[in-house]
Amino acid sequence: MISVERISKSYDEQVLKNVSLDIPGGKTISLIGPSGCGKSTLLRIIMGLIDADSGRVMINQQQLTDQNVLSLRRQMGYVIQSGGLFPHLTARENLTLVTNYLGWESRQESDRIEELCELTNIAPPDLDRPPDGLSGGQAQRISLMRALMLDPDIILLDEPLGSIDPLVRYELQRDLKSIFKKLKKTVLLVTHDLGEAAYLGDQIALMKSGEIIQSGTIRDIVNNPANTFVEQFVNAQRSPLEDV
Amino acid sequence: MWNSLLMHSEALWRMCEMKTFAVQVITLLFICFANANVSEAGQQEPVSAGTKVFTESVVLGELVTQSIESDGQQAELIKQLGGTQILWNALLDGEIDVYPEYTGTITEEILADTEVGSIAEAGSILATFGIEMTRPLGFNNTYAIGMREDVAGDLNIETISDLREHPELRYGFSNEFMDRSDGWPGLQNTYGLSPESIRGLDHDLAYRGLEAGNIQVIDLYSTDPEIEYYDLRVLEDDLGYFPEYEAVYLYRRGLDKSVVESIRRFEGAISRSEMVRMNAAVKIDREGDAVVASRFLADTFGIDSEVYEEGLWDRLLRHTIDHLYLVGISLGLAILFAIPLGVLAVKVKSIETPLLGAVGILQTVPSLALLVFMIPLFGIGAFPAIAALFLYSLLPIVRNTHSGIKSIAGPLMESARALGLPNTFILRRVELPLAVPSILAGIKTSAVINVGTATLGALIGAGGYGQPILTGIRLDSVPLILEGAIPAAVLALLVQGFFDLIEKWISK
Repeated sequence: MISVERISKSYDEQVLKNVSLDIPGGKTISLIGPSGCGKSTLLRIIMGLIDADSGRVMINQQQLTDQNVLSLRRQMGYVIQSGGLFPHLTARENLTLVTNYLGWESRQESDRIEELCELTNIAPPDLDRPPDGLSGGQAQRISLMRALMLDPDIILLDEPLGSIDPLVRYELQRDLKSIFKKLKKTVLLVTHDLGEAAYLGDQIALMKSGEIIQSGTIRDIVNNPANTFVEQFVNAQRSPLEDV
Repeated sequence: MWNSLLMHSEALWRMCEMKTFAVQVITLLFICFANANVSEAGQQEPVSAGTKVFTESVVLGELVTQSIESDGQQAELIKQLGGTQILWNALLDGEIDVYPEYTGTITEEILADTEVGSIAEAGSILATFGIEMTRPLGFNNTYAIGMREDVAGDLNIETISDLREHPELRYGFSNEFMDRSDGWPGLQNTYGLSPESIRGLDHDLAYRGLEAGNIQVIDLYSTDPEIEYYDLRVLEDDLGYFPEYEAVYLYRRGLDKSVVESIRRFEGAISRSEMVRMNAAVKIDREGDAVVASRFLADTFGIDSEVYEEGLWDRLLRHTIDHLYLVGISLGLAILFAIPLGVLAVKVKSIETPLLGAVGILQTVPSLALLVFMIPLFGIGAFPAIAALFLYSLLPIVRNTHSGIKSIAGPLMESARALGLPNTFILRRVELPLAVPSILAGIKTSAVINVGTATLGALIGAGGYGQPILTGIRLDSVPLILEGAIPAAVLALLVQGFFDLIEKWISK
């Protein structure tokens, strides 16, 4: 589980204002909001990639510090929009970079990769390709495999499907949902698509200008919007059939 | 294509790690070997003679070297080592044991800070440095005034004073002579000359103008081979205006008695006309320095010295080995130091700007100056040249390592850190492999520049392709210049091609 307590962060202006957020174990929270609202910054702070100005982050009851940041990062998987696969390594080498460091046996590595291939629907021969030989959907699946390699409790995803075309995206959303449920992971998903947030998240947290405006189920948010911004945000979704 | 290039770069990187290790080992071995050589050699070390960059100095160097060798001592000659300061310092440091010098240069340049009354006094001052001076060799290579023999004969001009009677003669002086206080201004005052026409022009053009009759009076060095070639009359300096530039040898105190004898046998032994003839044989008849010197020794002292004339291919091979040695060691060391420096510039914010600035400034130092700066630190020969080339090769590699790592996309670095890997591991497995194409491009740039700059190494006695170029310039011989320039250009192209191949190989 993740517990974010009164986190503030400023660059030229304040991007996070005293943000607190709890993600209970095994649950998926979708963090949603307009561009620049601070949702990606919050994710990076949880990952220990950026230091907060104040407040603290608890990962599985442990406070994130400079001393334990490396080991805590290994308890979290991280997936970003463009996949972040290393272009000089094959897909397989991308997966084994961290296990190489940890000194896994190659038998152990290949067993784990086999499991993950099945889980994420990747054909093993595709693993021998470099990232630029993979489709966008495949790259995101491999990126998810890399995040899952050490079987972490927590997965953080920063707009993982942001640049994927609709058909593949639809399929991936379905697969992600079943993977999260099957593995009982604690998931924090950053997205700006309300439909995706609702479909994948047990709960939704809506952010604006560095603050969490409202959090709850999609029903709470749609039925009882906290203010006019939430209402506008909810109504800004277009139905494909609205003009028909 | 770019991405697949990156993909293979990790393999290459691992290979590079192995290679740099190999280079380290080789360098270490080399250093041990070099040291062992020095300590073992001890007294067996040959007597080392040096010369300045002009023909007369080289011939005098050949003479003394062959003389020492013919007396059963080992001797080596470093031709065209440099100007007065370089030779004088090399002599003081014991890098060379003997070199030919001129009394005027000793009093005016080497002992410029000291008031020297006579040349004998200069000798005793030199002795305080541990340097001995021979008596004059017998000729005076000073400025002189010359005319065509036939023209001077017709006008009955023997001395410079005689010129006063002929203001109608046209004078053509070298630009340096026009400006120097011990040149035309003083000459005009001393002799009260007032020619109607006088102009400054290039020295070589002056000879041609003289031959064509456009000018009748020129300045020259009193042992110029052209004196004989153009059949010139050297006018007598009847008022003793020009300073004495008597040729002597300077040598280190403490040389073997027999070596000193071999050096001093030339005291009073070389007349002006003999020196002019030897200069002419080399510069005009294009005979080898060694051959001309050997003939003089045979004719004058009845000494048979064996002269081995190296063939073109032997010379080429020797210069190639010397050149590759300079380039290989300096570039190898540069790679070894520059990549870590580039990494440091990325990782330690506080030194980024100063470090990049420092290597940048190194690059702005003219290469010739950098070479000369190395002499006080490392003496002469290959070592200072390698040091200078090393410094010169740093910038492209440091800068490309730095920019290669800096230009890695932010999200990629974030992904690497998010995996929970320590910085050193990320550096080794992600950053450096991704920067390999950029680093390789930097090494290529350094290597190509290095091959070209190494030709200057000959100026401080490091050998290489610069050697025939220097000799070619001295003798005004285009074939000799090309003997150095063409291989240097070919080597640069080969180096470029070699790195292009590596780039192609890793992008396969």
